[in-house]
Amino acid sequence: MLQLKEVTKKFGTHTAVDQLSLEIPEREMYGFLGGNGAGKTTTFRMILGLLDKTSGDISWEGKAVNYEKSHLIGYLPEERGLYPKLTVKDQLTYLARLRGMGKTEAIKELKSWLDRFQVPEYLNKKVEELSKGNQQKIQFISAVIHKPKLLILDEPFSGLDPVNVEMLKEAVVDLKEQGTSIVFSSHRMEHVEELCEHLCILHKGKQVVQGSLREIKRSFGKKNLSVYADFSVDFLSNFPGVTKYKSVMEGCELQIENEAVSQGIFTAIQGKGFVRKFELEEPSLNDIFIAKVGASYE
Amino acid sequence: MNKFWIILGHTYTTRVKSKSFIITTLITLVFIFALTNIKTIIDVFSDGEKDQIAVIDETDELFKPLAENVEQTNEDIELTLYEDTEEKAKQAVEEEEYAALILLSKNEKQLPKATYYANSISESSLQTTLEQQLQQLKTMYATEQAGVDPATLAMINEPVVFDTIALDESAKTEEELNQARGIVYIMLFLLYMTVIVYGNMIATDVATEKSSRVMEILISSASPVTHMFAKIIGVALVGLTQIVLFLGAGYALITAKDEATKELFAQFGIGSSSASIYIYAIVFFLLGYLLYATLAAMLGSLVSRIEDAQQIIMPMTFLIVIAFIIAISGLSTPDAGFIKITSFIPFFTPMIMFLRVGMLDIPVWEIALSIGLLVGTIIILAILGAKVYRGGVLLYGRSSSLKDLKKALALSKKEK
Repeated sequence: MLQLKEVTKKFGTHTAVDQLSLEIPEREMYGFLGGNGAGKTTTFRMILGLLDKTSGDISWEGKAVNYEKSHLIGYLPEERGLYPKLTVKDQLTYLARLRGMGKTEAIKELKSWLDRFQVPEYLNKKVEELSKGNQQKIQFISAVIHKPKLLILDEPFSGLDPVNVEMLKEAVVDLKEQGTSIVFSSHRMEHVEELCEHLCILHKGKQVVQGSLREIKRSFGKKNLSVYADFSVDFLSNFPGVTKYKSVMEGCELQIENEAVSQGIFTAIQGKGFVRKFELEEPSLNDIFIAKVGASYE
Repeated sequence: MNKFWIILGHTYTTRVKSKSFIITTLITLVFIFALTNIKTIIDVFSDGEKDQIAVIDETDELFKPLAENVEQTNEDIELTLYEDTEEKAKQAVEEEEYAALILLSKNEKQLPKATYYANSISESSLQTTLEQQLQQLKTMYATEQAGVDPATLAMINEPVVFDTIALDESAKTEEELNQARGIVYIMLFLLYMTVIVYGNMIATDVATEKSSRVMEILISSASPVTHMFAKIIGVALVGLTQIVLFLGAGYALITAKDEATKELFAQFGIGSSSASIYIYAIVFFLLGYLLYATLAAMLGSLVSRIEDAQQIIMPMTFLIVIAFIIAISGLSTPDAGFIKITSFIPFFTPMIMFLRVGMLDIPVWEIALSIGLLVGTIIILAILGAKVYRGGVLLYGRSSSLKDLKKALALSKKEK
């Protein structure tokens, strides 16, 4: 278990991470959400020991993370980069050896990963000859080749096409099933929603929401309601309990305080005409993010 | 420490396998080969074609002795008597039939004089030879007129006996000094080149890893301090490989050569000096390299683009250039006061203290003190460098000023 207790990082007068406390369970995928400058990368760097925290405590399996554990940890930095002049093979065997792997073992692993990503021909190519997306795959391999127990991925899916995103997602899910604890950051809500059991939302270094996805959604309370009807539903915008109103072609999409409001609306529209659709939905993570982070802007 | 060796090995092999390394090494080897065969090469190019000089002799007696003397001193010059008019002779020179025309006559005191005509008068060696030989003739005529017999003249011309003996028995003899000067010169040059070339290499290497952003992966798997020192030592080994290759090739070529070439190199003190000077050379060389390499790695970690690496190591380059200039000027005045003072300044010590050790007889405590100061500075710089490196490698920005030093230190600081 990775534990952060009231971790704070200050750069001069600027507080990048403020009193962050988290528990990241074993063998799980944990999502970090946050806009630009929210403190995700700084937090990761502190977990890895690249930056010293100003105050607080970080421990993994009860101890601080240091270079003696580096063979158990995988890291994909947000800023992608490899040696442009080296071949994929030289590059990854070097990086894998720094993570405590043997040379032959590293080459074997590398080949199986390249096969998995359907690019076995890249083995002896120089990195600068590859496209950005393919470089990113190679870099992903560098983070996971040594089968880490803790994997930190900083924006792993940014800049990839949908096919590659799927490929990487599958790989991440497989790793989790093999027992790797994964922490990853993203500003794409759907990825976090799809992959993570637990997550936290950071905003300007502060933790806005934290916990399991289901709980976060439940405690958020608000629900989404779609009403498509043959008659005008404009009057619903002023209906008590409606927090957001968005008119669409066939009707409207609403955000409501709680489930009970939908009961009221259901009664209100009865007898007015034909209702094509009346659907109550859980809020999406996107809604929650906007509600929480947007609120703190005010 | 295992990671240290992996990084070191990686730094070494990628460098040694790189095209630029192979090419520069080959070019230098060709250069060394050319240098050791310089005599043969000069012989090949001066293909025995002699400089033809037309001579118009108005005295009818100067030509013969002059021609003899000139051809004796320089067999590449041939004098021919020109039987036609001066005008025609000048024309022949213009048409490059002759290299020059010399007009011999006597002045009112019956002493030889000459006028020299050539298409250009920039080729001074020809002029000088002719002038010198004519001067001798003139001396001969003048002394003859004054009634001095040839035996007296020979006595006058004989060089004076001028022996130099140092009274302090441990002081270096003239011969030893010349040899020491040779070794000091070679060592100064070697250190200068090494610092410039390999210091640059380290700074660029670090900047490359930063600019390609591979640095963050590297320092998440091995500590920046390990990384920095593995890099410094790795590059040092690359340099050592190159130097050993050059020296080895040079040595092999020289020993395979004739005596004349060997003598030339013996003048530089190679092969005949005492062992201690070589040991000092190695000690000062290694310490000097370490000092500047640490500085280069530290500076390199501050920039985020390869282009800026050149700029930021400028101050370091200045330091070594200044050290080199002081040392060169000190070659002729090794006991000057400022040489003594600068030899204790750590950035200058490797060159200037070595110069003093080689050229003078210095008390051991002075050498020990300077080495102590040097080692101390290296340690301080290494600690500071490691700190800057740790913060610097995560620091990205456009600027490349020394202000970043403060920022980098702040990044690596533990605020506890």
